[in-house]
Amino acid sequence: MHSFHLTIVLAPLAAAIIAGLFGRQIGRAGAHWITILGVGLSFVLSVLVLKNLYWDGGAAENYNLYTWAVSDGLRMEVGFLIDRLSALMMVVVTFVSLMVHIYTVGYMKDDAGYQRFFSYISLFTFSMLMLVMSNNFLQLFFGWEAVGLVSYLLIGFWYTKESAIFANLKAFLVNRVGDFGFILGIAGVVTFTNSLDYATVFANADSIAAQNIEIFAGTPWNAISVICILLFIGAMGKSAQAPLHVWLPDSMEGPTPISALIHAATMVTAGIFMVARMSPLFELSETALAVVIVIGAFTAFFMGLLGIVQNDIKRVIAYSTLSQLGYMTVALGASAYGAAIFHLMTHAFFKALLFLAAGSVIIALHHEQDIRKMGGLKKYLPITYWTALIGSLALIGFPGSAGFFSKDALIEAVRDSHWLGQGPIYWIAYLSVLLGVFVTALYSFRLFFLVFHGKERMDDEVKSHVHETPWVITAPLILLAIPSAIIGWFTIEPVLFGGFFGDAIVVTSAHDVLGRMGEEFHGSWNFLKHSFVAGPVFYLAAAGVFTAWFLYLKRPELPAKIATRFSAIYRLLEQKYYFDDLWIKGFAGGGRRIGQFLWTRGDEQLIDGVLVNGTANSVARLATTLRHLQTGYLYHYAFAMVIALTLFLGWLLWMH
Amino acid sequence: MTFTDLMPASPEIVLLLMICVVLISDVFISDDKRIVTFWTSIASLALTAWSLFASAPEARTLLFDGSYVSDPLSQLLKLAAVGMVALGFLYSRDYLKQNELLRGEFFLLGLFGLLGIMIMISANSMLTMYLGLETLSLSLYALVAFERNSARAAEAAMKYFVLGAIASGALLYGISWIYGVTGTLQFDQIALVLEQNPAMNALPLWFGIAFLIVGMAFKFGAVPFHMWLPDVYEGARSPVTLYIASAPKLAALALVLRFLMEGFGDLHEVWQGMIMVVAVLSLVIGNVVAIAQTNIKRMLGYSAIAHVGFILLAIFTGTEQGYGAAVFYTLTYVIMAAGAFGMVILLSRKGFEAEAIGDFKGLNARSPWFALMMLFFMFGMAGVPPWVGFFAKLNVINAVLDAGFPGLAILMVVASVVGAYYYLRVIWYMYFETGEDTSVFQAKLDTRAVLSVNGIAVLALGIMPGWLLKLCIDVIQ
Repeated sequence: MHSFHLTIVLAPLAAAIIAGLFGRQIGRAGAHWITILGVGLSFVLSVLVLKNLYWDGGAAENYNLYTWAVSDGLRMEVGFLIDRLSALMMVVVTFVSLMVHIYTVGYMKDDAGYQRFFSYISLFTFSMLMLVMSNNFLQLFFGWEAVGLVSYLLIGFWYTKESAIFANLKAFLVNRVGDFGFILGIAGVVTFTNSLDYATVFANADSIAAQNIEIFAGTPWNAISVICILLFIGAMGKSAQAPLHVWLPDSMEGPTPISALIHAATMVTAGIFMVARMSPLFELSETALAVVIVIGAFTAFFMGLLGIVQNDIKRVIAYSTLSQLGYMTVALGASAYGAAIFHLMTHAFFKALLFLAAGSVIIALHHEQDIRKMGGLKKYLPITYWTALIGSLALIGFPGSAGFFSKDALIEAVRDSHWLGQGPIYWIAYLSVLLGVFVTALYSFRLFFLVFHGKERMDDEVKSHVHETPWVITAPLILLAIPSAIIGWFTIEPVLFGGFFGDAIVVTSAHDVLGRMGEEFHGSWNFLKHSFVAGPVFYLAAAGVFTAWFLYLKRPELPAKIATRFSAIYRLLEQKYYFDDLWIKGFAGGGRRIGQFLWTRGDEQLIDGVLVNGTANSVARLATTLRHLQTGYLYHYAFAMVIALTLFLGWLLWMH
Repeated sequence: MTFTDLMPASPEIVLLLMICVVLISDVFISDDKRIVTFWTSIASLALTAWSLFASAPEARTLLFDGSYVSDPLSQLLKLAAVGMVALGFLYSRDYLKQNELLRGEFFLLGLFGLLGIMIMISANSMLTMYLGLETLSLSLYALVAFERNSARAAEAAMKYFVLGAIASGALLYGISWIYGVTGTLQFDQIALVLEQNPAMNALPLWFGIAFLIVGMAFKFGAVPFHMWLPDVYEGARSPVTLYIASAPKLAALALVLRFLMEGFGDLHEVWQGMIMVVAVLSLVIGNVVAIAQTNIKRMLGYSAIAHVGFILLAIFTGTEQGYGAAVFYTLTYVIMAAGAFGMVILLSRKGFEAEAIGDFKGLNARSPWFALMMLFFMFGMAGVPPWVGFFAKLNVINAVLDAGFPGLAILMVVASVVGAYYYLRVIWYMYFETGEDTSVFQAKLDTRAVLSVNGIAVLALGIMPGWLLKLCIDVIQ
């Protein structure tokens, strides 16, 4: 199996190198063939790895390939930890990546940077695989930074577009904030265990939990809480949790396949994966879990609300992504790691599907992204319509769809999680995910109705050209629609309740909400029936769809009236709760002002002016003065010699 | 005494004989064949170098009743001196020819000067030292004035001569005090006598030393006995400046080492203070005033003063490490100085002296290779790693630190930073300014090749300084 693992990682890397460096030689077709074959190979092998681990009962593997450096006992290594958690991630990543590769052939057809694009997405696949397959913190960090880099490159893929450059810089900087927390967390891990290796660190988790760390004198904090919160700050950056979420909507400046692959299905879930991977640490700190759940709940509900007022097709889906990532984070905080990963998987399928469908619409309308200029596209784009419907139903958790199983299980897990007690945190978390269902249904079907139903609001010019997109675009839609529709049926039982993750995820018995749910689980069909009577989830979703229908199809003049009536709230939503202002004007602006001050006062005036130039000027003045000592008169010269000699003699006399 | 007993002195003997050959043959050569004199001079240097190797004694050997010594230190310094004179001759040939100055006197005076240098290096008695010093000095005075109808040269030579006479007088006066106290002229004997009679370590002897230091400081060009130096550097023709700037520094080093290290090594505390004062003054004044110069020969003159500050501070420590560092510094400095003046000569041509620093503007466009060589010399002098000047400075600073004078070490570093300015200015001119002069160099291939080797040596010695450093320490022990 070891050669499989290595091939899975290296095939996309090799393809990326060939497409990137020799793109001109191999041409456009060469570039897409080599990268699709590389990722396809990875996908097939990943499936085989998962099959070996699950159906054939193979054991999890943890081994090192290469020792990069040993410094003061700290081993820095490259190695793989292949258990069911990483195998599942590998399959999801390579599958979505493969779909996106194929889709890109159609979507980027006319782009000048065709080979570069394929090189980047293959490089991304390599980086993401390195991240999920890692068996140590260093390699995790490498993958973490590498996916961030590729994300940066791809958001700014159209580098002549000013808004794209702004967006990629923003994404990079915001992620730096998160990464700073992340690397501090890793530093904390190394401080307490002197190891980067997962297994060693997890084995010593109890001893870390028994220690305190005093960052500010006089306030000892529990070490594991500090470490977990720092690591989670990294996850907040990468998985776009409030308040570090601001980069994700802007990242939609990149080409749509990127939005699907990186900013919806895979990279942004790295934070979720990381926390699940670190479950042996997080389980020991209820403080950290409380932070996780509150941040997640806030993101899940409030970011969903923003989706209602957006008019850019991709931004609506982007806010939806934020909200769904919030759901996963809430599940992590409730110790239902399995539910989070399960939702991560189903979300990867249906969210990639939605983005690619949106891309199909955008392409069909010649790069029009404003939903106010769409409408009635159902008859022009039938395949896109039906696949988008499946994706939207999955997103709102329509009974039977993949999203239904994962989201319902997730909400139930939050409801039943005991360690939270009945305090405010419990209610914040539970109500957020519950009300979020209504919001999700509302914005999803608002989008859906505005795009595919109702009046046709395109220009006549555009309308005359609209037709269904080519098969390279629709084929991935169909291939993604299938798992979006049905995968929940087959996987909920094994993944959530069948002990699928084994030792990969550790949950203390007091927190084990999924375990208790499993005792009452009697098959997918019963789970489906149960949902109609057990809680308000289904009815909330139905109400959301109905509201969307009423407001945007039945009475389309109403939304504008509501907006004027509640203008304060509308403005708050439109300004995205002023988070952008907080970061751009507050932190970035403040930083720039401090920098400006230090530059003009500190650097230019004090250091350059007084110290550097001041010194140089004084030396120059001294030089011009001193050179006049050299008069050119012989008797002056002789006089100087005699004076010096006299002083010497006087000195000796005095010494005597 | 047989001739074989004289073997250790054969370099001087060979050189003197060859000088006679050159002197006589030059008389019979017509002006258009003067190049023959050049080649016979080079041959003389080659023979001298060969006899240096052939006659090298296995151990320290005294000759002529102890007034002459042949030891590893003298071998090393003499070899370097012969090499420097040869470099000077090579760089000068084309220049002299173009300016119709290719006369026998230049080479003869150069060879006589070398003879003086070698005598100084091998002196083991104060009188031998004085003899060598005068041989050298008289040759130099004449060399400076060697372009007879140049008023500038004559003025420089006059100043040099008068001040040199005062310095020689001071030195000789100091010698007489010391002889009066100790009753011996030989350096090793002085040390011995002083060791046996501690009572002699008193004011009269100290006065003698003070006068000696005046002579030494003058020879080295240390502040405040430096004032002749910029005027002479500027007033003399560039080949003469090159000559003065290189080999005689080795003689000055020998002068200081023989007196202070061998003669008065145990009286370290007496001379230490005076050496420190002149060294620090040289370091500061040399570096600072160099900044204000627009003439490159003057600038290099002040730079020489600054470098002398380093050398004297190495000697000031009074440790073997310090002496070794001084030898290393002087050897590498003269290589760089010869190269830098070689560049000045290379840029000059008939009727045009490349004297202004501005003449280096745009050199990179004219000749990237020689701009690079000049960069090597400038970086070397500024002490930028990995050029050899860096290690030279590092060794001295180390020696001073080990001797327990961190304040002086800091001063040296600060002075080097100030000094970097005017070296970098030359580089700035070469690479980032455009010059009006676009003419081609007129130097012959061999001159260019030697100049290139000289430049590369500055870098190569910096990359592999170990062997030379070890050699410098060995010859001191």
